[in-house]
Amino acid sequence: MKRRGYEGVAVCAPISVPYRRYSVDSAHWWIGRALHALTQRTGLKPADIDGLSVSSFTLAPDTAVGLTQHLGLSPRWLDHVPMGGASGGVALRRAARAVQAGDADFVACVAADTNHVDSFRKTLSSFSRFAQDAVYPYGSGGPNASFALITRHYMNRTGATREDFGRICVAQRANAQRYDGALMQKSLTLDAYMRARAIADPIHLFDCVMPCAGAEAFLVCREEDAQAMKLPFVRVLSTIERHNAYQDDPIQYRGGWAQDRDNFWSMAGIAPDDVDFLQTYDDYPVIVMMQIEDLGFCAKGEAPVFVRDHSLTTDGDFPHNTSGGQLSVGQAGAAGGYLGMVEAIRQLTDEAGATTVPNARVGLVSGFGMINYDRGLASSAILLARS
Amino acid sequence: MTEPLLRPRRKDPLRKTREPLLPQGLRSRTAHGLTAAAAEGRFMLQVCTDCGFTLYPPRDACPSCLSDRVPFHDVAPGGMVLAETTIRTSTDPYFRERTPWRIGTVTLDCGPSFVAHLHGDAAEGSRVVMTLRLDKSGNAVAIAMPDKPTSHQEDDVQLRELTCDPKFRRVLITDGRNATGQAMARAMAAAQASIIFVGIADPWKPFPGETDLRAIPCVEIVPLDITDTRSVADVAGEIAHRVDILVNTSEHHRAGGIMNRHGLTIAREEMDIRYFGLLRLAQHFGPTMRARGADGVNAAAAFVNLLSVHALMNWPEFGAFSAAEAACLSASQALRAELRGGGVKVLNMFAGPLDTEWFQSVPPPKLSPAALAKATVDALRMGIEDSYVGDIAQDIRARLDVQPKALERELGG
Repeated sequence: MKRRGYEGVAVCAPISVPYRRYSVDSAHWWIGRALHALTQRTGLKPADIDGLSVSSFTLAPDTAVGLTQHLGLSPRWLDHVPMGGASGGVALRRAARAVQAGDADFVACVAADTNHVDSFRKTLSSFSRFAQDAVYPYGSGGPNASFALITRHYMNRTGATREDFGRICVAQRANAQRYDGALMQKSLTLDAYMRARAIADPIHLFDCVMPCAGAEAFLVCREEDAQAMKLPFVRVLSTIERHNAYQDDPIQYRGGWAQDRDNFWSMAGIAPDDVDFLQTYDDYPVIVMMQIEDLGFCAKGEAPVFVRDHSLTTDGDFPHNTSGGQLSVGQAGAAGGYLGMVEAIRQLTDEAGATTVPNARVGLVSGFGMINYDRGLASSAILLARS
Repeated sequence: MTEPLLRPRRKDPLRKTREPLLPQGLRSRTAHGLTAAAAEGRFMLQVCTDCGFTLYPPRDACPSCLSDRVPFHDVAPGGMVLAETTIRTSTDPYFRERTPWRIGTVTLDCGPSFVAHLHGDAAEGSRVVMTLRLDKSGNAVAIAMPDKPTSHQEDDVQLRELTCDPKFRRVLITDGRNATGQAMARAMAAAQASIIFVGIADPWKPFPGETDLRAIPCVEIVPLDITDTRSVADVAGEIAHRVDILVNTSEHHRAGGIMNRHGLTIAREEMDIRYFGLLRLAQHFGPTMRARGADGVNAAAAFVNLLSVHALMNWPEFGAFSAAEAACLSASQALRAELRGGGVKVLNMFAGPLDTEWFQSVPPPKLSPAALAKATVDALRMGIEDSYVGDIAQDIRARLDVQPKALERELGG
């Protein structure tokens, strides 16, 4: 069956609550700040928000339902998207369908996490049943160790070098220097990248994101409502989502995007060349390379060459993670899965300020999340266009 | 090849003893199938009864056909290291003080990819044999071993965290008057234990084998009577801080059932020597051993009980004796829980009748004390916690698995 498009759906009101390395506040506080900013930005009152989509790892013992009472909201459509780095794309495609179907008029999509001094260790040790049984007892290296194995295998198979990964990190740091919200703005040279201390070989310090606290949000509604509120908005050209793809691969070498990309591009009716910027999920640079390949920007195994041949800064020929990505902004838990989406909305509504990619009309936002055992399970991708 | 372990130097008494930390011990109930396999030194994974798919990590449904019939089976342990990493930063306090630490993705010949600890001689791209072990928390972990033995492979630092190898450790053998205690001393000497304390009650009384025992290198006789609380306390006060492996070799094998013995004298002796003896040792040596679970190369490692396999199912011909052994088995499970906080293992060696005077009328097969001693050293080197030694013990173990009620009737003659 041919998939229905997302006609009439508007995505607007990009909100980023400035990140902090550590926070004594709760996830509830961060979500509250994001929704407060969203109401200020849109003019909606809390009672007008009749749809809510929440992504957070640190909301326990509460769920999205409990959050409605905590925040005094009374939505008629409620979603909880615990998909880490794939949350943004998944939340948006669900919210878009709810709005299209009339199940909700104004869906606030929000992702936030706090970061107490010891919360990262606690999140790791109880992240999943497989993590508890089969990962954490093996050196407790966290995602650094898991992605070290994936990176090592990718290097063996493709000939990628540390310098290739470094190019991605260095370009993102240059972008972050133009984005006020980035926690890491100190300039990074390829030389400094190469000399950084080893964390879990071949992963070194600047391959790793810094856990922090923060919140990101946006609003999904009908185009006519966005126009009535005078909110600049973007349109959704196509979306994909996939979980646990290629489970027979002995180690992760590709993600679910590869399985769904034909459908993705044909639904949008455009090709990779038509994309003006790419926001990938950059928990580690090797995953950036997999997204570049699996979404069709180059052939499988050729991302190392691709990043050598392109400039990835906002003023380059392949603008990528234009606000600096998680590698420079910080990883605020589930908000990391929203970072690229919110930045893309800013880009396509002329709100990106110093990180603006000139004349950008189409952006691709890709998500990746949930390393349950040895690989990330969730993938998503969204094509957004200027309205 | 592995860098051979260096004999530890005398401990500086002014230095703080490192407190034992444990790796995270939380596991799902299903994952304890691996713990059960590791306890006996087996390599078992879940295999789907319906479609034959071998799966890992442990699950409650088959990811190939969704069957819930996924019991653990012995599987081929061969595999290849597809990728490796050296962890240099860990969020966990236990691993934080043990980095760098190598792990790798091992593709097993039987199917699954297994993220495992790597022995130092198991390099990326090489063939390995996967083994399940008990880590300091008492739960199963896998370590990939080189597929052919390498020199000094038992000295690998990551492997030694998972084993109780007697090499360079100090051993207390609680009773050297009997053949088992003397065989144990010889086996420990052969395994390069650095000091072998051997308990002898009333050492001025001569006993068979005394000359040979005293001639074993590194043996130090200590006057220990485990039926005397004061004696146990005195010896513990002298040497408990130097006991890394305790092997309780005290025995009291007496035939006779429950009804046909007159009075309780023998039963009391059995309980005093075996059950209360175990309690005295646990109370006076246990706390010090638990505190020394991470004290360097010769950290406290294991408390070893030599039990009759009839602790698991009564043998009426030795009925009261079997009951005392069952009491010891139960106490050992409590002790295991209590020592786990220090990462110290409780090893239970289950044996059938020994080839000694006390089993004179019992037909073969019988177990020689030397074989029991060798099996004990092997079990310590593997780091397992339940070992069934000899034909009788393995027979009882297998029959218990199949039909315990049949075993009860058959042992009753």
